[in-house]
Amino acid sequence: MNKKFVLGIYDDEDVLLTAIENIRAAGTKIYDVFSPYPVHGIDDVLGIKRSRLPIVAFFGGLFGMSFALWMQIWMMGFDWPMIIGGKPHIALPSFIPVTFELTVLVSAFSMVITFFIVSKLKPSLKVNVFDKRSTDDKFVMAIEVKDGVTNMTALNDLLRSNGAIEVNEKEVVK
Amino acid sequence: MQHVSPIREPLVTGGKTYHDITEDVCRQVEAKPNARWAAALAVALVGLAIFIYSVYRTLWYGIGEWGLNKTVGWAWDITNFVWWVGIGHAGTLISAILLLFRQKWRTSINRAAEAMTIFAVICAAMFPVLHMGRPWLAYWVLPLPNTFGSLWVNFNSPLLWDVFAISTYFSVSLVFWYIGLIPDFATIRDRATGPIARRAYAFLSFGWTGSAKAWSRYETVSLILAGLATPLVLSVHTIVSMDFATSVIPGWHTTIFPPYFVAGAIFSGFAMVLTLMIITRKVFFLENYITLEHVESMNKVIILTGSIVGIAYTTEFFIAWYSGVEYEQYAFINRAFGPYWWAYWSMMTCNVITPQLFWFRKIRRSLTATFIISIFVNIGMWFERFVIIVTSLHRDFLPSSWAMFSPTIIDIGVYVGTIGLFFTLFLLFAKFFPVVNMAEVKAILKSSSEVKHHHGAAATMHATDKDLNSNTHRNE
Repeated sequence: MNKKFVLGIYDDEDVLLTAIENIRAAGTKIYDVFSPYPVHGIDDVLGIKRSRLPIVAFFGGLFGMSFALWMQIWMMGFDWPMIIGGKPHIALPSFIPVTFELTVLVSAFSMVITFFIVSKLKPSLKVNVFDKRSTDDKFVMAIEVKDGVTNMTALNDLLRSNGAIEVNEKEVVK
Repeated sequence: MQHVSPIREPLVTGGKTYHDITEDVCRQVEAKPNARWAAALAVALVGLAIFIYSVYRTLWYGIGEWGLNKTVGWAWDITNFVWWVGIGHAGTLISAILLLFRQKWRTSINRAAEAMTIFAVICAAMFPVLHMGRPWLAYWVLPLPNTFGSLWVNFNSPLLWDVFAISTYFSVSLVFWYIGLIPDFATIRDRATGPIARRAYAFLSFGWTGSAKAWSRYETVSLILAGLATPLVLSVHTIVSMDFATSVIPGWHTTIFPPYFVAGAIFSGFAMVLTLMIITRKVFFLENYITLEHVESMNKVIILTGSIVGIAYTTEFFIAWYSGVEYEQYAFINRAFGPYWWAYWSMMTCNVITPQLFWFRKIRRSLTATFIISIFVNIGMWFERFVIIVTSLHRDFLPSSWAMFSPTIIDIGVYVGTIGLFFTLFLLFAKFFPVVNMAEVKAILKSSSEVKHHHGAAATMHATDKDLNSNTHRNE
């Protein structure tokens, strides 16, 4: 299925933010916005919900901590107990450093791997960039159009009256 | 919108635009290697060759190639290990702690500083692994079933804590660094002209498009990683210091070690960042991004941490006397006035006296003075570890076993070799990776650059239909 998009190109983040607000208020659905850097405040105007990745990090950390404690208690206390330095078999204060490190490790990796999966980031040669300038100095707003449904002239006017410096069309072959 | 005080110095000078940032940072990556870079790499490769030869000798003939003896069983190897790990700490401090403190000046130096962290930890890891004598059995430090090795590893040992701390630190720093690199790789990919470069950077960029949702997640991930890396970096040098502090050797068995080591680590790390950045900004023409303001900010961190280190030295001495423990007192008298007095006073001069010169604004903002002092700090911090380790060991409880340590040529070779390894990695990084985080510098450009750009929306407001470009592209 081919998808057609209209791309509004902006060159200023403040103009872009106002434009997003106005365009959404006009009832046009924005497919996505591509920018060379994280634009602060874009989440609110685009209606992007807060990421739930911190929750993944929390549970990852919880798992790492429980695993580390279980591992050390089982190995040192039950599987092969030995007296080391006159300490009890299960010497919890000695276990804190490893527990802490594994908490951080599992927390960080579970979050990062989830981030890669949900954002569909993976090593690949295929690149689907709407406009290559969006990784350099332009902000690209993509709006999906449906043949015969979308009024192209009106859309063009809407984008331009909201500060787009260019309006392009792009077809994506799936 | 944030308010930025007008008296605050700009972080990006020269009236740059977003596109200028891309050009300035990508220039180095896209251009053919220049002669200066090639010459530097040649020198670094000589260092690497020395490293390979010294490692070969160490592995083939054994640890006897080093100058260790029965009394001083730990010397240059652990000194170098602690020195390198400490240097790494500045990178994490800049990228994580300064992110949590919302210090915008971190943006143009965090990339190179984090790269430094990763390479420094690689160099550090060489020493304990080589000191194992049989590094091919290095996996025995992992908790493997006891039928595999002998029993379980000992979770009460700080050396084992180190294994977990250093490997966690390395992997988390690597991931943090790489996530920051992804958007910049995408920028290089979208500019690349050659098929090899385009494919290589496409592969490295993980298909990044810069969509709003991805950026939102990127920021969340960066913040949480910063939150995790902050206690992590503090834990790493704390645990390194426990290698000494949990033993009962006079001069090592002190509770002051963790904070004192962490401050020392940040101190030496910032010195190394300055050494590297003063050269990098010059060679790659990044003076508008790494400004005197950046240098001055780093010098302020150096005064703070240098003073903490100075207070720690004094406190240690006082407590040794105040404890009333004969052995502890002797260890410290011996440190300052014994046969290794020169090492102690080199340490005091380089670490306590020289950084105090940064109280003068002129010196703080002088590149030459900063460069020289940063080298002094690097030397001083190496001596600090040498002093702590060797002077505490060489005269133990039994005078009949007192000994001196002198390094062999192989000791020197391994140490100089890791410097070669470090610079080889750093130079390759500087050539093929963007040394400044373009995306983050662009993000602060509007609020913190010298000339404010207001691209008028008004000019494009009345454009007409005929501007509608219908250059329909087709993706494969």
